[in-house]
Amino acid sequence: MKKLVTVALSAVLAASTVVGLSSCGEGGGTGDAVLLPLPAYENIEEPDYSDVTIPEDFKFGLICLHDEASTYDKNFIDAARKAAQEMGLSDSQLVMRTNIPELAECREAALDLVDQGCDVIFADSFGHEQWMLEAAKAEGSENVEFCHATGTTAHTANQDNFHNAFASIYEGRYLAGIAAGMELNQMIEDGEITASEAKMGYVGAYTYAEVISGYTSFYLGAKSVCPTVTMEVQFTGSWYDVTAERTAAESLISRGCKLISQHADSMGAPTACEEAGVPNVSYNGSTIEACPETFIVSSRIDWTPYFKYIIAQTIRGEEIADDWTGTIATGSVVLTDLNSNTATQETVDAIVAARTQLANGTLNVFDTSKFTVTKTDTLNTRATVDENGRLTAYMAQVDGMDAAGDTQVVENGVFEESTFRSAPYFDVQIDGITLLNSAF
Amino acid sequence: MNNEAVKVKSVREPLFHVVKRTEIVWWKAWLIRAAAIVAALVATGLLSFIVLKKSPFFVYSSIFSGIFGSSRRILMFLRSTAILLLISLAVTPAFKMRFWNTGAEGQVLVGAFASVFCMYYLGGKVPDGILIPIMFVVSLAAGAVWAGIPAVFRAKWKTNETLFTLMMNYIAIQLVLYTIKIWRPTGTGKLEALPYGNLPQIAGGDFWLSVIVAVIVTALVYVYLKYSKQGYEISVVGESENTARYIGIDVKKVIIRTLLISGALCGLAGFMLAAGIDHTVSDETVGGMGFTAILVSWLAKFDPIAMVFVSALVTFLQQGTGQLMTDCGIANSFFSDIVIGIMFFFIIGCEFFITYKLKFRKSDKKEKDK
Repeated sequence: MKKLVTVALSAVLAASTVVGLSSCGEGGGTGDAVLLPLPAYENIEEPDYSDVTIPEDFKFGLICLHDEASTYDKNFIDAARKAAQEMGLSDSQLVMRTNIPELAECREAALDLVDQGCDVIFADSFGHEQWMLEAAKAEGSENVEFCHATGTTAHTANQDNFHNAFASIYEGRYLAGIAAGMELNQMIEDGEITASEAKMGYVGAYTYAEVISGYTSFYLGAKSVCPTVTMEVQFTGSWYDVTAERTAAESLISRGCKLISQHADSMGAPTACEEAGVPNVSYNGSTIEACPETFIVSSRIDWTPYFKYIIAQTIRGEEIADDWTGTIATGSVVLTDLNSNTATQETVDAIVAARTQLANGTLNVFDTSKFTVTKTDTLNTRATVDENGRLTAYMAQVDGMDAAGDTQVVENGVFEESTFRSAPYFDVQIDGITLLNSAF
Repeated sequence: MNNEAVKVKSVREPLFHVVKRTEIVWWKAWLIRAAAIVAALVATGLLSFIVLKKSPFFVYSSIFSGIFGSSRRILMFLRSTAILLLISLAVTPAFKMRFWNTGAEGQVLVGAFASVFCMYYLGGKVPDGILIPIMFVVSLAAGAVWAGIPAVFRAKWKTNETLFTLMMNYIAIQLVLYTIKIWRPTGTGKLEALPYGNLPQIAGGDFWLSVIVAVIVTALVYVYLKYSKQGYEISVVGESENTARYIGIDVKKVIIRTLLISGALCGLAGFMLAAGIDHTVSDETVGGMGFTAILVSWLAKFDPIAMVFVSALVTFLQQGTGQLMTDCGIANSFFSDIVIGIMFFFIIGCEFFITYKLKFRKSDKKEKDK
C-alpha cells in the first residue's frame, strides 16, 4: 500500500514538473512594452513548390547540438517544424535528434537517421561538419543528402551529397545596428550623453569569422546613423554561458557602454541590461518578454526557406547547391518587431528603407569607403590598405586555414561577404572597434 | 495481572515497523530488484500516458527500439556501456577505500587530452605503431597524476578529497579549452579529428575494441579487489584507518597507490575515447560520464560484476529515452530526464527493502485466537 502511495506521489510530482516546465514557454503579455511592428520585406521570393508531392516514406532528419532550451537550436527546430508543416510532412516524417555533441556521436546519429530511412539530413552546429561529411561518405548513404549549417568545406570536399548553407545575417545585424544608432542619437539629443560618449558594448563568443562579421556589421549599421559611435567587444569563449555573458555585459556597462548587443546564445547579457536599464539589441529572437524596458530589436536567420528548398530538391531528385546563402530576398534574414520603449516609428522607417537598399544592391554593408583599417605586423596582415586607411584588397580564408589566405575578396570597393562560400569569412579588425580580450 | 494486560493493549501499535534484515537469500534480493524495475516501468508508462498521451506499449517499444532497433544501435549500446563500465571500474578502488573521488570526469578528460596531445605533436612524425603505445602510456600517466595530486594532499595534509578532486575537473576542462585555443586560434573551441594514432577497427567499426578492453579490465579489477593483498588493504583502510594502522598497514602509501591505479584506469578510458572513438578532444568528450560512473559504482556496491549490469541499465535508459523523445517529436530532454529519475528512485529505493524488512502489526483477530 505504502509503495502504491509512493508511486502515485512520485508520478504526480513528476507530472506536475512537466506541466510546470511546459507552461513556462507560453508566457503572457509583454509587460509595459508596446510592440512597434516591422512590416515584412515586400519582395520576398516565393519559390514554386506546387510540383512537389511528398512521398509517404519520405523523411527529413534534423541533428541539433543542444535542444529547445538553447535559443540557437530552438531557431532551427521551430523552422524545421514550420517547413515540415508548410510542405505537408506528417509528424513522423520529421525526425529530430537533439543534444548531439560535436564528436563521433554525430556521425552515428546521422547514420542512425539513414537507417531510419531519412532522405535528407541536416545538422546545425559548426563542429558537426566533419562528422556529417564522414556520414555522407559512408556506405549506404549514397542516396541521402547531408546538409550542414555554418560549414565551410562543401565547395572543396568534392562530395556530391554534402552541402553547406548560411545566410547573409550580417545584413540583419547591420539593420539592427541602425536601430541601435538611432537609440544613441536619441540619448545625445536628450542630453543624456555627449556625441563622443556614444560607446556600444558587444559580448561575443569566439574570435571566429562569423562573430567578427556579425559585430562589425552591427557597428557599421550604428555608425551609418551615428557617426561618432565606437564599440568595445568582450569575448566569453563559449556559445552558451549564462554567467560569463552576464559578467561580460556588466563589465562593459561599467566601462561606460551605453548600449549592448551580443552574439552568444544565453539570456545572460539581455538580463544584465534589463537590470542596469541599458538598451540591448538581441539575437536569434525577441527578448521583449524578459526585457520590456531595454529590448530594442533582434535579428535572426529564418531557416524555413532553406529547409523547404532541400526537401523539394531531394524529392525532385535535383541538385542541392554546395553553398546556399539565404538573404533578405529569400526571407532568410529577418528582424523582429521593435519596442516602443527604445525605438520610434522613425527607426522602423529607417530600417525598412535600408533593407530595400540592401536587397536591391544599392547599399553594401562592407562598402570599403565606410570604414578604415589599420594594418600592423600582427593585425590585419592579409589586408592591403591605401594611404587613407581604406581597404583595397583582402586575402580571405575561404578554402582553408592557410595563414596567407587563399581568395581575394574585395571587388569594386566592396568586401564581398558570403559570396565565395556561404559561411562568413570577414575577419578584418576595423577602426572604431576595440577588442578587450581576444583570448577566445 | 489482568489490569496490566489491558494497559499494554491500549497502547496502539503502529501498522508496521522497520526491522533490519540479518541476511537475505540472493534470489529474494534480486526478486525485490526486479519488482522495483517493473514498478518503475509501470510508473513511467502511467506518466507517459498522462503527459505524452501515448500508450505505455508505445513508450516501452520505443525505448526498446532505441537499443535493439538496429545493429548500429546495439553496437552503440555496447560501446557506451563499455566506456561507462570502464570509468565505473576506475573509480571503484578509491571508493572502496572511502576516498570520495569526484574527479573521474577530469581524470578521464586529461587521459583523452594526453592522447590527443601526442597525436597533435607526434602524428605523422612517428609511425602509428610507435605513437599508439606512447599515447597509451602518457594517457595512463596523465590520469594517474590527476588523481595522485589530491591523494598526496589527502595523505599528507588531510585535505578534503571530495572538493579537491571536484576542482581538478574544472582545471582539466580549462586546460583542454586553453590548448585548443592555441592550436586553433580562430575556431570555436573545437579541434577536428586527427588522422594519426587511431586505434585499429575491429569488424569494420570502432565498437568492439572498447568492449574487449572493458571485459579485460572488469576481470582484472575483480581479481585485484577480491584476491590480492593490495585489494585487502584497500578494504581494511576503507573500514577503519585506525585498524589499518594498528595492523601495520601504511595508510598513506595505500591511499596514494590506490588513487594512482584509479586515475590510471580513468586515463585508460580517456585513451579509448580519444584514440579509439573521437580522435579528438573537447570539453564534451566525457559528457558527464565521470559523474554517472560514481552512481554506477555505488549502485553496484563496488562489485565489478554487478557494475556490468548497472552500467548496462544506465546506458539502456539514456539511449532508450533519447529514442522515445525522437519518436514523440519532442525537442528537449526534460521528459527523458524525469523518466531516468523515476527509474533511479525505484532502484535506489528498493535497496531499502533489501536491507530492511517491514513487520506488519498482527491483526486483532489473530491476537484473540491466541
